[in-house]
Amino acid sequence: MRFMMNNRGCRPQTLKSGLRGRGRAVVPAALIVMLSGCEGVLDPAGPIGRSERLILLDSLAIMLAIVVPTILCTLAFAWWFRASNRRAAYAPTWEYSGRLELLVWSVPALVVCFLGGIAWIGSHDLDPAKPLPPVRPALEVDVVALDWKWLFIYPEQHVASLNRLVTPIGTPLHLRLTSASVMNVFFVPQLGSEIYAMNGMVTELNLQADREGHFFGLAAHFNGDGFSDMTFDTESVSSKMFDDWVRRAQSAEPVLDAAAYRELLRQSVNVAPMMFGRVTPGLFDAVATQALPPGEGPKLSARGDAKTSADDST
Amino acid sequence: MLGKLTWEAIPFNEPIPLIAAGVVGLILAAVLAWVVLKGHLPYLWREWITSVDHKRIGVMYCVLALVMLIRGFIDAVMMRSQQALAFHGPGYLPPEHYDQIFSAHGTIMIFFVAMPFVVGLMNYVVPLQLGVRDVAFPTLNSVAFWLTATGALLVNVSMVVGEFARTGWLPFPPLSELAYSPGVGVDYYCWALQLSGIGTLVGGINLVTTILKTRAPGMRYTRMPVFCWTSLASNLLIVASFPVLTATLAMLLLDRYLGFHFFTNEAGGNPMMFMNLIWIWGHPEVYILVLPAFGVFSEVVSTFSGKPLFGYRSMVMATMAICILSFLVWLHHFFTMGAGADVNGFFGVMTMIIAVPTGVKVFNWLFTMYRGRVRFTAAMHWAIGFMVTFVIGGMTGVLMSIPPADFVLHNSLFLVAHFHNVAIGAVLFGALAGYTFWFPKAFGFALDERLGKAAFWCWLIGFYVAFVPLYVVGLEGMTRRLQHYDQPQWHPWLLVAGVGSLIILCGIGFLVAQLVVSIRSRVRRTEPTGDPWDARTLEWATSSPPPYFNFAVMPNVKGEEHYWNIKQAARKRMALGPEPEYEAIEMPRNSPTGFVTAFFGTVIGFALVWHIVWMAILGLAGAYATFVVFAWRDHGEEVVSRDEVARIDRANRLARKVAITEVTT
Repeated sequence: MRFMMNNRGCRPQTLKSGLRGRGRAVVPAALIVMLSGCEGVLDPAGPIGRSERLILLDSLAIMLAIVVPTILCTLAFAWWFRASNRRAAYAPTWEYSGRLELLVWSVPALVVCFLGGIAWIGSHDLDPAKPLPPVRPALEVDVVALDWKWLFIYPEQHVASLNRLVTPIGTPLHLRLTSASVMNVFFVPQLGSEIYAMNGMVTELNLQADREGHFFGLAAHFNGDGFSDMTFDTESVSSKMFDDWVRRAQSAEPVLDAAAYRELLRQSVNVAPMMFGRVTPGLFDAVATQALPPGEGPKLSARGDAKTSADDST
Repeated sequence: MLGKLTWEAIPFNEPIPLIAAGVVGLILAAVLAWVVLKGHLPYLWREWITSVDHKRIGVMYCVLALVMLIRGFIDAVMMRSQQALAFHGPGYLPPEHYDQIFSAHGTIMIFFVAMPFVVGLMNYVVPLQLGVRDVAFPTLNSVAFWLTATGALLVNVSMVVGEFARTGWLPFPPLSELAYSPGVGVDYYCWALQLSGIGTLVGGINLVTTILKTRAPGMRYTRMPVFCWTSLASNLLIVASFPVLTATLAMLLLDRYLGFHFFTNEAGGNPMMFMNLIWIWGHPEVYILVLPAFGVFSEVVSTFSGKPLFGYRSMVMATMAICILSFLVWLHHFFTMGAGADVNGFFGVMTMIIAVPTGVKVFNWLFTMYRGRVRFTAAMHWAIGFMVTFVIGGMTGVLMSIPPADFVLHNSLFLVAHFHNVAIGAVLFGALAGYTFWFPKAFGFALDERLGKAAFWCWLIGFYVAFVPLYVVGLEGMTRRLQHYDQPQWHPWLLVAGVGSLIILCGIGFLVAQLVVSIRSRVRRTEPTGDPWDARTLEWATSSPPPYFNFAVMPNVKGEEHYWNIKQAARKRMALGPEPEYEAIEMPRNSPTGFVTAFFGTVIGFALVWHIVWMAILGLAGAYATFVVFAWRDHGEEVVSRDEVARIDRANRLARKVAITEVTT
């Protein structure tokens, strides 16, 4: 069974709230939100995604302020100074003007000064490793990218979930990520920032969901033949429902120990979401430090090339 | 005996590549049969294959690029149709085939379309614009071209014998390591690029030397046309960055062949090092491609506005600033790898700074048109289409240079749309503008304008229809290289993008038709003066096509627009200058060195892909022997007699005299 979120309709109130209090970016914002419908990075469900959308739209508006006139000038100059237009002035030797030179260097330079400030400040404010304001204690989740599945370990709850990330709303999420084999990128477009997951290394990401819902998650770095199936559902629920979910997870039969992990390590696609009631402590660190060795890759066919094993699919 | 190569390597069970290969094979066989039966083979061998004339080599580069453009475009249509169909279903291309297609598309379009196209234009035009008779190392030039062709050949062979890489156009480890990609695809990729990379590097050394050391008398740096400046910058970048690519791929090959651990997961290997190294080459590569295109537009806009280029010094400064800055931005390709706020912020700001000289260039083209007399030829269409499209592509590029914006756009189809926006809107439009502009220079007759404009409109509209939807789905969170998907909101956009690729297909159709129609009516199109556009730079001072020694007498350059000035003076007094004193000219002899070296290069590449040791040794010995034979040659030059030079030049002077009197009376 392919596991996939159900589609929901667009939410007009999101569009309105997205525009309020941001006069500068109204036009491109409205345009793009209308163009793109919903469920992407322009319909964020948390503070990180929202800040990133704001930066995206503001920078776009700033640049459009010179890009649009430049395009119009190009078309206007080309048209007015067409060879057949005898009313247009012709200055066959005009090739220099100090004033214009000053203008052509300073206009892009000023824009870049402005945008450079946004980039520098934004880069610090929204650094993936920077913790969110601790309104309440962050939920720790350790993420392992496998071929081609996502494993989410909740170290404090001692449970794990395959191909489904469940998070309580309004609670900061502190993710530590590693990969069981090749390079991967963890990405939930509606929550914000992507981050790489790499074998033998740990990266950090802080996210938060502010409203209930299902958010589409995917691998955003090509990782082999099963790439397109490496999606997961992010379920954002109330604190109470999260506690219920944890209880249910804790009563789940399967145990995530080294043996179960080795089983997951084998390449497979379309594995249905499942829960592990208990997790061997330190499993994530064992993967990250390669105490549990990286995946072995594809089984070889007789012809010497790799065959994707779809035999584990459900 | 044959290493890993067995009958299993040929994909008998996959109809698409097999049929495609069969058709291509038949066409090749037919062309070859026609060449042999019609008795053209000696001519081809003598005049083209063994030619060391920079003009012939330039033309062959462009032919290679145009042929490979069709191959790469077929891949593109397959990808777009796959994504249009694969909503809630597998589409028609299984992952192991689809993954090869997008890897081959990127590899071919960058290395075997964009590169040979711009290198071909530079090869053809730069020596003519500098007023010299050939490049600094003519035989090396031939070696460079044929090694590039070798790479293209190996990539295409992989379609039938074995497989191509399934790792994307840049083979990121650990995926590209033996453990995760045990097939021969990555090996094909690496050896094809090692061989063509050597070709590109020696070609770059050649053009840098040509520009720095062999200009015509009086051609100071400050008098060089902007196309020469951008070529200089581009080739400096080649010389500085291609060794990085070669070294990086060499390390990957050591990992794959000899069990090294440069980029593996295990034993202290570091895949992030590959990321850094490949982009230290990869970002300058972007400017290697786009700077010559900027140069083409500078020539085209100035010529068809009937004015000198506005702000020449700014243009030169901007070009060289881009040349240097392009080495300081590579990390923006992986802001999401967790480098930290300071590093990301630094590289974000550096990336934006490149937008300043680039913006200056756009404004200068704008002011070149200002108070000009703009003639809307097909070449000028490409230039104006470029200016409009490129600023949009530049804007989305700067957008992604802001780290927090990149955090949600990295690897998305928004990124794919962005780099196609500049790769098509700037590099390809530039190459096609140059192709249209210099075609009459190379062959003595101009391409059909009406069909050229039709091709332009199809490309322009097709580009927007194909890639604006990709910007949108990118904002909707769609990542690149998906073989299938289940998100309903992406599907309509991907259908539209598919239609866009069909409009571009019409554009390619018009380009082919333009070439065929123009060649068939070449007699009517012949332009005897050699200067059909009323152009301004030195390449137009000689006949079209130029004699193989380019200039009967070396020009003595006296100003920024030397040719334009002598043309104006001649028009004023309704007569050409006095006939020059002709002298005998020494020219390099043709040599099969390049072709033979590349033949052995192909043998080495193929043998190493399949681990056929004896064949690799044989190829290496052959290549070395070729080098020794060339190094021990007795005479490398031949002399063109004074009478021959005079005869060729007088014919052209006569045509120009007639033209001048006709214009003025």
